[in-house]
Parts: sequence; structure tokens; C-alpha cells
Amino acid sequence: MTDDELRIKSIHYRKRLLKYIKKANAGHTGGSLSCVDILNVLYNRILNVSPGNFGEPYRDRYIQSKGHSVEALYVVLADRGFFAESELETLCRHRSHYVGHPTRKVNGIEQNTGALGHGLAFSVGVALSAKKDGADYKVYTLLGDGELAEGSNWESLLTATHYGLDNLTAIVDRNNLQLTGRTEDMCNLEPLAEKFTAFGWSVRGADGHDVAAMTDELRSVPFDLGKPSMIVAKTIKGKGISFMENDHKWHHGVPDDEQYEQAQQELDALLAEYE
Amino acid sequence: MMAFVAGQELGKANIEVFSETLLSLAGKNENVLVVTSDSRGSGRLMSFAASLPDQIVEVGIAEQNLVGVSAGLASTGKIVYAVSPASFLSARALEQIKNDVCYSNQPVKLIGISAGVSYGALGSTHHATHDLAVLRAVHNISIVVPADNFETAEAINAAAQMATPIYVRFGKRPMYHLHGPGAEFVVGKSLAVREGTDVTFIATGETVYHALMAAVAMEKDGLTCRVISMHTVKPLDAEAVLHAASETRVIVTVEEHSVCGGLGEACAGVLMQAGLSVPFRIVGLPDEYTMTGSQVEIFEHYGISDEGLAQTAKALLNQ
Repeated sequence: MTDDELRIKSIHYRKRLLKYIKKANAGHTGGSLSCVDILNVLYNRILNVSPGNFGEPYRDRYIQSKGHSVEALYVVLADRGFFAESELETLCRHRSHYVGHPTRKVNGIEQNTGALGHGLAFSVGVALSAKKDGADYKVYTLLGDGELAEGSNWESLLTATHYGLDNLTAIVDRNNLQLTGRTEDMCNLEPLAEKFTAFGWSVRGADGHDVAAMTDELRSVPFDLGKPSMIVAKTIKGKGISFMENDHKWHHGVPDDEQYEQAQQELDALLAEYE
Repeated sequence: MMAFVAGQELGKANIEVFSETLLSLAGKNENVLVVTSDSRGSGRLMSFAASLPDQIVEVGIAEQNLVGVSAGLASTGKIVYAVSPASFLSARALEQIKNDVCYSNQPVKLIGISAGVSYGALGSTHHATHDLAVLRAVHNISIVVPADNFETAEAINAAAQMATPIYVRFGKRPMYHLHGPGAEFVVGKSLAVREGTDVTFIATGETVYHALMAAVAMEKDGLTCRVISMHTVKPLDAEAVLHAASETRVIVTVEEHSVCGGLGEACAGVLMQAGLSVPFRIVGLPDEYTMTGSQVEIFEHYGISDEGLAQTAKALLNQ
């Protein structure tokens, strides 16, 4: 798949996740738009995981610690054939398996997440198991930047280094916003890369919306043998929709009819540029 | 050979039996792992670490990490025993237990050591008098509180086979043997230690022995007591509770735990919902910061003792 084909996919993913959020009248819009390009690269270029091998011990693992951005994950998994996209018509409905955070009831999802600060410890456990078994699968996890205030992350950062888990890659969706406002106004994280480095991780930065750049970084893990890899992916919350970008109000905002139409038109205009 | 009499022969501390049982399991299966949070000393796991160094994972003093990492290991098919003092494991890491283990159904075996008031005079920071209550309210976990060495070994072996999460908690004082040859341990099914018709003591963990001694003493007064080891607090053996209500005159529940939300209230719920009314007392730790003392002194202070339990039962019979 070419970079442009991937870029087109990203636009379609944005259109779909907005469609299902609109239909459910619920969802984490800003964060899903922020991380969907990263998921696109992971699932279409990096991860050795498919409906055919899901459940096989050798598959790569993706654990979404920032579980609230589940709508991005759902549309990518549907596109990869883990379930029919029409299932997402039931998102957040009574009795649906498509809950507002990831659960293992949905094919393709490794672990129930949603409470923050949980995905990294789980990923460390999986990566450690691979090391013990001499297995060569890799483990990837996506962290929100707001969730880094949870102290449990920093416990797990220590353990990953302690065991030299170079089969583990964490990606921070660094959009600088959380529910209430700017991350730096809630709990100052910077200098973030230096903190990870000090904890013994091998750290690189990348534009989290540049599929080519993210591909390059993800294809070059581990950045250092014997160390876990961290990618601080610079992103924009609400990316792709002019009036949603960089506005924390869209953390779990749902567009009204007019806003929805405008959002889809903006994405259609982007698609037209590739035709 | 002398016939077996419950409560006569002193065995080992349950923690010692846990450690021996785990070493035996792990020696036969390299997928058995133990995960510790600077707890290998209090968990009696030094010899495990020396014999099977590749099967012990240390995470440092970080209980949330302990449980999260254990869930990840379990997701790959490892048989994982996460070992930490019950107080910290069940409080500090409660959200990890709820989400990473139970909600996600990663069948981690959570081992709460130095449970209840085992840490005695170290104080309430170190006491686990809340763990049964909080974990009872979490879906998809079995809660087992073994009373003696037999129950401990059986619970640890049973845990290895379970496809759903389990929490096992015990203390570090030597325990008397309560079950003779032929006893059968099943998670969720209580074990009778003694039969009687006046009183039923439904006890759990290290209090079962004291209930038994109270029953022995009351026999001198012409009163006979049933003593049940309710080793599994969840799922509760409701049938045994209902039988006690219909076959004996009063029920006394006994636990090394707060009277709020533990075994006693679980039994009361069974009785109320069955429409059964029977004189009933919950003996445990009252809703206060526990009195300073050793485990034995704390037990005696709150009437979790041979004499205290006999007095409670007699008072209930005389109501």
C-alpha cells in the first residue's frame, strides 16, 4: 500500500468514525481523530495481526491504553475484517458489544481498557512473556498524553527498562489536550521525551499524522537493542475537521447535524484532492 | 494409628504451605510464574527464587504494576500467581484487579499474604480487613480464605486449573489441622469440621480453629455445635447456610475481616432472601481502627477467641 493509499484510508476512517459517533450520539471524537493515523499505520503496515491469526500465540499485540478513543480502533478493525462494519451501527446501544471503551467481546481487541494508566503494565507483561518464551512477536501500546499523570504508567516504564523489553513500543498521542484543557495546565509533562529517556527508554519524536514518518519510526524499532522504544507522536486533537482541531471541547463532543455535514464535506474535499 | 481429631495437631503456617505447593507446581510446569512486589521474603519465596529463578518476576514495590503485568503475562497463557500483602494488593491495585484481571477475564491467581490482622501491631495501614468486602463487589472472581494447611494446598492447586480469576488470602501463623483423610476440597463448597444441632459457627480462614475450640468447650455444657469452614466467601455455599438455619437453633459467623461487607453479611443476605429468620450474630472486626496488639491479642480483644465465641453463641441461644 502506498503512502497516498494510506492517506486516503485515513480520510475514510475519519468519515466513518464521525458517522458512528453521530449515530450513537456519543464518543470520544477529538482523541479518535488525533490517533487514527497512527492506528492506520500500525494495522495496515506494521502489525502481524489479522482475523486469521488473532488468537495465535505468535501474533503481534496492540493494546490501546487510551481506551476512550475506541471509535478510531473500531473503524480500523472493521476495515481489517475483524467484524462487519455494519456492527458499528449498534455502537453504545443497549445490549451492544460495541461499548464506549475497548472490550475483548469485540474480535481483534486484546484487553479491556478505558480506565487510564492500565495499558502499559499489561503490555509489559505480554512483552515479558514473549522474552521468556523466546518468541519474536512485538507489543505496541498507545498512550494518551493526559493519561501520563497516572502514576501507574511510571511504575511500568521502570519495569520495561528493568527487563530490557526491546520488543515493546509505546506511542504517546501527544495532542497536548485533555478533557478540561491543555495538558500543561493540568499537570505539566514537559520535558516529556527527556523523562522517558531518563527512565531508560529509547525515545524518538514524529509527526503522528504523517503516515510516512510514522511508518519509518515504527519499522525501525527497537531503536536500541535492550531498551524499550517510545515514540512521542505529535498530533492535533480533532485533526482533519477545521472547527474541531485543537479544541478540548471536542474531547467527547458530538457534532450537531450542521456540524456533521460540514465535517463530512471537509473530508470529502480532502478526498477530492487525491482523485 | 490414632484416629484424626480436628484441631489437635499443629501444622505449618499457611504461607509455608503456599510456598511449598507453588514450588512443586512450578517445578513441574515452566509456565507457572510468580510475580512479587518486594514480597518474596514475606511470601516465603526465597527458595523458589533460588531454585527457579526464571519463573519469578520482580516488579518492585508497585502493586498496580504487579497486577497489570500479571494480567499481561496471563493473557499469553502463563499460569500467574501475583503475590503481595493482602492489604496493599486489594486496595492499591483494586482497579487493576477489577479491570485488567476480572473484567478482562485474565485468570491471574491473586495471593494476599499476611492477611487480616496478621501484621498485628504494625497497625491499620498493614491490615486487610476490607479485602473480602471490596472483592465481593467485583464480578468474575472467586474469593478463598483457607483455614488450614490442607485447604491452603488445595486452593493453590485448584487455582492453577482455573480459567477465571481467584483471590486467596491467608496469614503467617501456624495453623492446626482441621480436616482428616478423605476430605474433599472444592472451590465454592464449604467443609464441615464438626456436627451439632444447637449452634452453627460459619467461620472462615484462621478463625475456624477458634470456632472449633468454642464448640468443644460448649459440649461440656451439653450444647452441640456445627462448625463449617466457609473457605470460599464467593461464590458462597448458600446451601450450607440454609441448612444451618433449618437444622440448628442459631448461627454465628466468624471472620478476620470488618463486619461490613464480609462473610457475615453475605450469609445474612442468603438467609433474608430465603425468608429464613434465625438468631444470628456476625463476629468480626468492628467498624473502627483496630486495637493495637498481636494478631492473637486483636482476636481476643474483639471476641474472635475460644471463650469469646462460646459466650456469643450462648448469649444468642438464651435470647
